[in-house]
Amino acid sequence: MKELEGSLSMLKNEAILAYFFKGILFTIILSFLAVLIGVLFGSVLALIRNYCTKKGTRIFKWLACIYIEVFRNTPLLLWIFICLVFCPCPALFSRKMFGLTSVETKLLFKAAVALILFTSSVIAEIIRGGLNSIAQGQFEAGHSQGFNTVQTMIYIILPQAYRNVIPTLLSQVITTIKDSSYLANVATIELMSRVKTILASSYNYNGTGTVNVSDVFVLFGAACLVYFCINFTLSCVVRRMQKKKKKVAEPRREEVPSVAL
Amino acid sequence: MTEMFSAAAWRKVWTYRLTFLLGLWNTVRTAFLGLLLSVALGVIFGLMATSGKKSLKRISRVYVELIQNTPLLLQMCFVYYAFAFSGHSLSIIFTGVLALGVYHGAYMAEVIRAGIEAIPKGQFEAAHSQGFGYVSTMSEIILPQSIKIILPPMVNQVVNLIKNTSCLYIIGGADLISLTYSFVTGATTGGAYAPAYLVSGLLFFIICFPLSTLATVWETALKKRERAAVPKDDTERMVEEA
Repeated sequence: MKELEGSLSMLKNEAILAYFFKGILFTIILSFLAVLIGVLFGSVLALIRNYCTKKGTRIFKWLACIYIEVFRNTPLLLWIFICLVFCPCPALFSRKMFGLTSVETKLLFKAAVALILFTSSVIAEIIRGGLNSIAQGQFEAGHSQGFNTVQTMIYIILPQAYRNVIPTLLSQVITTIKDSSYLANVATIELMSRVKTILASSYNYNGTGTVNVSDVFVLFGAACLVYFCINFTLSCVVRRMQKKKKKVAEPRREEVPSVAL
Repeated sequence: MTEMFSAAAWRKVWTYRLTFLLGLWNTVRTAFLGLLLSVALGVIFGLMATSGKKSLKRISRVYVELIQNTPLLLQMCFVYYAFAFSGHSLSIIFTGVLALGVYHGAYMAEVIRAGIEAIPKGQFEAAHSQGFGYVSTMSEIILPQSIKIILPPMVNQVVNLIKNTSCLYIIGGADLISLTYSFVTGATTGGAYAPAYLVSGLLFFIICFPLSTLATVWETALKKRERAAVPKDDTERMVEEA
């Protein structure tokens, strides 16, 4: 019982709390950034994979194909390790900032690059699914109105494709928030790795002088709660959107036979 | 990057090829046992979610939401440290099987639930009217129909499961990625970064690519068949209405 009180008292320690909340902040910022850049890069990949089918540009299609398949079929951790060794770090990120040492920002940058590269391959496939769901007639309609291919894409196809995949993209945010915990493997600054650090030094704070099993429960429980609150809220939003979409789509389907009759 | 083309680095990888094979064996073993556990859990909780009993449904919902909304890494650390600090250290592989099985069990449960829910209600009612009990309805009528809806996303989950064995690294893992990392950073073996990462990435790719391609092709074929089936349904309805 005394051990549990000691563990709980850690959550009242202001220094630990500040450390913890900063971890949450980094996790959220990192994940949204990864998805945002992933959407940009993924859209380019998806467009190339889908529409560079002419003879001269086919090589780009194959390159995009290889990129997507390679990243989709290998673990994220491998890419984090690879980026730690091979990713060049610009001078902008190799100095002290956000209250981190220069080594930590460098690590953060490299690991974030791995996360972004990995996420964009998944998002590319999501967006490709959205593009494939657009009827062929939309292209023809666009062309018949005098839009060229680029204009058709920007004004007609992409807006519809994005709207179709917004729920899927949001659930990708959930996955990315969970995936960002992989960064804990290389001691980058986010929630999961911070919890591990606190656990490792918890004997200093819980008053018993040793790491107890109650510390594990309290610390991981707190982290679990944070992840759950963020992700559950997002998944509720996703579910509501999908329900709404179904409601919009369903009456239309029922109209078809009556029109045919 | 230069060691990519250095013969010495490649020779080092070849000398220590057994390390990679051991890692591969551990990864495959963990993934296979984790898959068995996850399918078992998935079937149990998937059936609970579609049982129609409120309490069972709620239990299954809580399990799925709790597991799907927290990272696997956190769960794995939790299992490992909770047992370690209470004095019953689990082996790494066993922890991995447990955590992976429970994590992917939640996804399997959702896949199976969706598969069963895709079967029209009339099938259940028809089975009951013919005197089928719950078990025989499920095993002889519902599951054989839903299996083709269930399998493609399940194969996708298998791919994720294999990739997620890399999580073992955080508890001092024995899987392919962890062994590769300790190979490239080891005091006597270190340095051959590019060849070692290439080899382990390639091993993962060789296993995962056929599976994920199979899942994609299968799913597209299924969708195409469904779409082809829709007009027929409509004409049937029109005939009936007329």
